[in-house]
Amino acid sequence: MRRSRRQNIGQDIGSWPVAGNGLLDRRIFLAGGAALAAASAQAEPLEVASWSKAPGTGFPPYGQPSRFESKTARIFASAPGTTGTGAARTPLHLLDGMITPNGLHFERSHSGVPDIDPDAHKLLIHGLVKRPLIFTLEALARYPMESRITFLECAGNGQLLNARDPAQTTVQGLQGLLSCAEWTGVRLAVLLEEAGVDPRATWLLAEGADAAGMSRSVPLAKAMDDALIALYQNGERVRPSNGFPMRLLLPGFEGNMNVKWLRRIKLTDGPTMTKDETSKYTILERDGKALQFVFPMEAKSLITRPSPGLTMKGPGLYEISGLAWSGYGKVAKVEVSADGGKSFAEAALSAPVLSRALTRFRMPWRWDGGPAVLQSRTTDETGYVQPTRSELLARRGPSGLFHFNGIMSWSVAPSGELKHAYA
Amino acid sequence: MRMREALVIAAAALTLGCAGARAESPDLGRVATPDEIAAWDISIDPSGATLPAGSGTARAGAAIFAAKCAGCHGEAGGGKPNDQLVGGSLTATPPVKTVGSYWPYATTLFDYIRRAMPFPESKSLTDEEVYALAAYVLAQNKIIGEDDVMDAKTLPQVKMPNRDGFVRFERGK
Repeated sequence: MRRSRRQNIGQDIGSWPVAGNGLLDRRIFLAGGAALAAASAQAEPLEVASWSKAPGTGFPPYGQPSRFESKTARIFASAPGTTGTGAARTPLHLLDGMITPNGLHFERSHSGVPDIDPDAHKLLIHGLVKRPLIFTLEALARYPMESRITFLECAGNGQLLNARDPAQTTVQGLQGLLSCAEWTGVRLAVLLEEAGVDPRATWLLAEGADAAGMSRSVPLAKAMDDALIALYQNGERVRPSNGFPMRLLLPGFEGNMNVKWLRRIKLTDGPTMTKDETSKYTILERDGKALQFVFPMEAKSLITRPSPGLTMKGPGLYEISGLAWSGYGKVAKVEVSADGGKSFAEAALSAPVLSRALTRFRMPWRWDGGPAVLQSRTTDETGYVQPTRSELLARRGPSGLFHFNGIMSWSVAPSGELKHAYA
Repeated sequence: MRMREALVIAAAALTLGCAGARAESPDLGRVATPDEIAAWDISIDPSGATLPAGSGTARAGAAIFAAKCAGCHGEAGGGKPNDQLVGGSLTATPPVKTVGSYWPYATTLFDYIRRAMPFPESKSLTDEEVYALAAYVLAQNKIIGEDDVMDAKTLPQVKMPNRDGFVRFERGK
């Protein structure tokens, strides 16, 4: 059965277009019938390499990537006169799968990374509670743990798309404030119930132990729903750049609310109106009013491969691969276009597809060597459809800065070079 | 015997559960005393309820600003190399967001200066200095006068020009 199907597809591969400019049925790779461009064979005997003829190196205490992977690294910028006050971006175009390695997880810090002694760190829960409590890391480590595989995205990710002309950089430079990890820790609701929530409490203030004392107000409902005090990141203790020894994790909410180096939670009867939730992470719209408390990151997707910086080597069959996510739940579908949005076809989603996690999508594409414009568009499980860049700008104006989730376009030149484009 | 004890405990837990007590929980937090909390309870909401004692004026703040703030925020808060604090307009192209043009609450100014400024040595200012700096930035923006005293009572009463410039986000609206 399977074999006959495979043969069939193998024969008819060219007749499985699903959208314009070479997009092919997403099942052709699954069926295994897709022949990649046949390389012209050299008649030289295969070489037995030097590393096959002598023992390799020993065991490092903490493993590192291959030395040939040195370009798979974060790029970063810091505010004038500072180090560590700014952002380091994930090289999305050089990674695959849905999980971001800890050393490559994006970082946005507001006054550098504090060097916290975990034995001296404390978490205070107070305010509108029956009894204020102080927790040590040692105490929290004894609590029942839960894990959430969830994306984190900086509210300012994609900000360059507000610019009049398309910024010429990689997907890392354009959208690299995005990562996904398995976070493990203690349910915040458990700790709040131990402290005894006063019925008047409707919000909480979360505050970091960094020099900026990063602080954000969070609706109590989110805290009681799925918030974690995360102690582990992809199985190891949370990295210093991501909040060691503990951070707040609010699945789906904009990055900076997931307060790193968490030292204090104060239950309150309203938002505290901190600097970052008034003057910074608010969206100024064209009518002069600013949207405030924009918590979940909207549904969004982008193509990571091919993408600017990853030049294609000649016509033939390629897999278009990318990431989709929504702060409101699961990704329902991703559509891909190779003709600048004139026609779309549905991509395959790689399992698992999890709520508020990055979801990998894949789409076969036979590039004919001509001009093409690649786009992806996601729809989340609530039915929300990712808007085009111009739709988003028409609605909010040019100064919104944050939560920019418009469709991205990569233009492909006959040389195989890709560029960021507005289409 | 041991089994029986366990059953009794389980039954007791169940009864408590029915009575509305919390579920079984490790309960490993230590109760914090008011004195312990006070040193960390630095957030100031718009009511100003947690503002400390002390006061300051713009006149007093000018010298502190010149010494500790102007290096990053420019002379008199005019900006560069870091954030501009004074002047600006939301109708400019692009909009210039400053304390005067954008910030909705004066209490936020006290909160943020005290917790995060001056950048190289945050949490080093006295409450008097923070009040004076808040007064200076407000006065430079012509929101208060040079000699207006800012303290726990007056600061929350300052009406910021963009106080009504924010809309609570609702998806799809």
